[in-house]
Amino acid sequence: MSTMTESPKTDSAGRADVVALQRSWWERNGRTTSIWSARIALIAGLIAVWQLAAGRIFDPSFTSRPSDIWTRLVEWNADGTLWMHSWITLQEVVYGYALGSAGGALLGFVLTSLPTVYRVLDPFIMALYAIPKVALAPLFIVWFGIEMDMKILLAAVTVFFLVFLNTAAGVREVDRGLIDAVRLMGGGPRDIALKVVLPASMTGMLTGLKVAIPYALIGAVIGELVASNRGLGYLISNSAAQFDTAGVFATLVVLSVIAAILNFLVGLLDHRVSRWKPAEART
Amino acid sequence: MSTLLDVQGLTKQFVKDDTGIVALRDFNLQVEKGSFVTILGRSGCGKSTALNLLSGLIRPTSGTVTYHGSPITGPRTEISYLTQSDTLMPWRDVRRNIEMPMEISGAPAQERRARAMDLIERVGLTGFERHYPRELSGGMRRRVSLARMLVGDPETLLMDEPFGALDAQLRTDLQAELLRLWQDSGQTVVFVTHDIEEALLLGDRVVVLGLRGRCVLDREIDLPRPRDPDELRVESNFVALHREMTEALRKGAR
Repeated sequence: MSTMTESPKTDSAGRADVVALQRSWWERNGRTTSIWSARIALIAGLIAVWQLAAGRIFDPSFTSRPSDIWTRLVEWNADGTLWMHSWITLQEVVYGYALGSAGGALLGFVLTSLPTVYRVLDPFIMALYAIPKVALAPLFIVWFGIEMDMKILLAAVTVFFLVFLNTAAGVREVDRGLIDAVRLMGGGPRDIALKVVLPASMTGMLTGLKVAIPYALIGAVIGELVASNRGLGYLISNSAAQFDTAGVFATLVVLSVIAAILNFLVGLLDHRVSRWKPAEART
Repeated sequence: MSTLLDVQGLTKQFVKDDTGIVALRDFNLQVEKGSFVTILGRSGCGKSTALNLLSGLIRPTSGTVTYHGSPITGPRTEISYLTQSDTLMPWRDVRRNIEMPMEISGAPAQERRARAMDLIERVGLTGFERHYPRELSGGMRRRVSLARMLVGDPETLLMDEPFGALDAQLRTDLQAELLRLWQDSGQTVVFVTHDIEEALLLGDRVVVLGLRGRCVLDREIDLPRPRDPDELRVESNFVALHREMTEALRKGAR
């Protein structure tokens, strides 16, 4: 990652003063290291407090305890339960996310290039967006059954609106001056779309993609909670029904790991696309 | 010399709610091929609107602009336009920004690259090919814009206060650079400014505009080239011209 935050100083002939910096390992990585150390210390502290408090202050049958959760994860890992259910949920999340974001991005570009159509559709889109997607689950069961399709679509619908709205906002915020610049170069609508609108709206689209990750998980897990005999959502409701709080927490751990991995992947994409942005504007 | 750009009775009216706002009324201008014309006017006199109309970016309410005898109906590649604000693509580095007009006209990659590198050298940006616009200073960004404007080898350059936002020293440098790049190129330049000194330093001819594009003064500038800003400032001829322009601007505001 570039650490350049200011314009390079130049002399009158326009040559930059590029100076090689002798920076020690700590100067270069110190900040990252201390932030990561603080994160690890925080999570370790929380786990320790939880472990010690369970059984003394809290009733472990409600809060479980980290060691029990770990034991449960090891058990599930050994008998394959963990991987079977995680695999199902992961597929639903990934397919739903891909479907929803592809549809949302595509429609975001198409509709913003047809302003009149967009104005006609806008209130309806907002109304659909406002529907809690959980409320759609029973309908989706009727339509698509209780197999994976229904969860994929539930995740996709949730993701779709977020990516769509953010992409559309990104397209609408494109600098008019840049479009005029391309017109002056003799560029047609195709050049404007590919060379200005697409790169300029990337920021909005990526925001949508980032915000949508947890919603893809929510969609899939809700679908599984409502009707399923497989997947992490099912594992949660099944464990809870048996009053197995360690099982519930173990599943939550797995879900957050999946979310973290997806976040990381979209972060890589963001980093690749946003190289031109100032360092402080990147996340 | 032959007339290259012919502007007749140009009027532009913008619509806001139920009222029309006249930005330019009955504007006439003839530009000879190969000449450097500066249009001098206070802000709000319709200079930028006039250039937008000349470039074909916007259509006039009435009146015509003809170029080589044929009317202008939209942007054309023979006419390049350098706007007041930077319109460099922030996601493209210097070289790819400069290549852009050639990319659109469909020039092969190798030629694009060679031509861009040549222009980068001519505007003094060697070593910055891979920098993004936001990593450059304001003056350097202007140089990139200048290079991008010149890359397609346009016949005519329209410039809208291109150096307005720069400090005085840098402006002098870039004015000198512009004259250097323009000399012997045979290009026609229409340069809009509110700065009397800049108008006199650059132009073969100065057109002073009053409110809504009313032509107050149209005068040949017979100062010998090359013009050195420091020497020019104390020359009696220049001082007289400067006074004449100041007077014209004052008259135009009424």
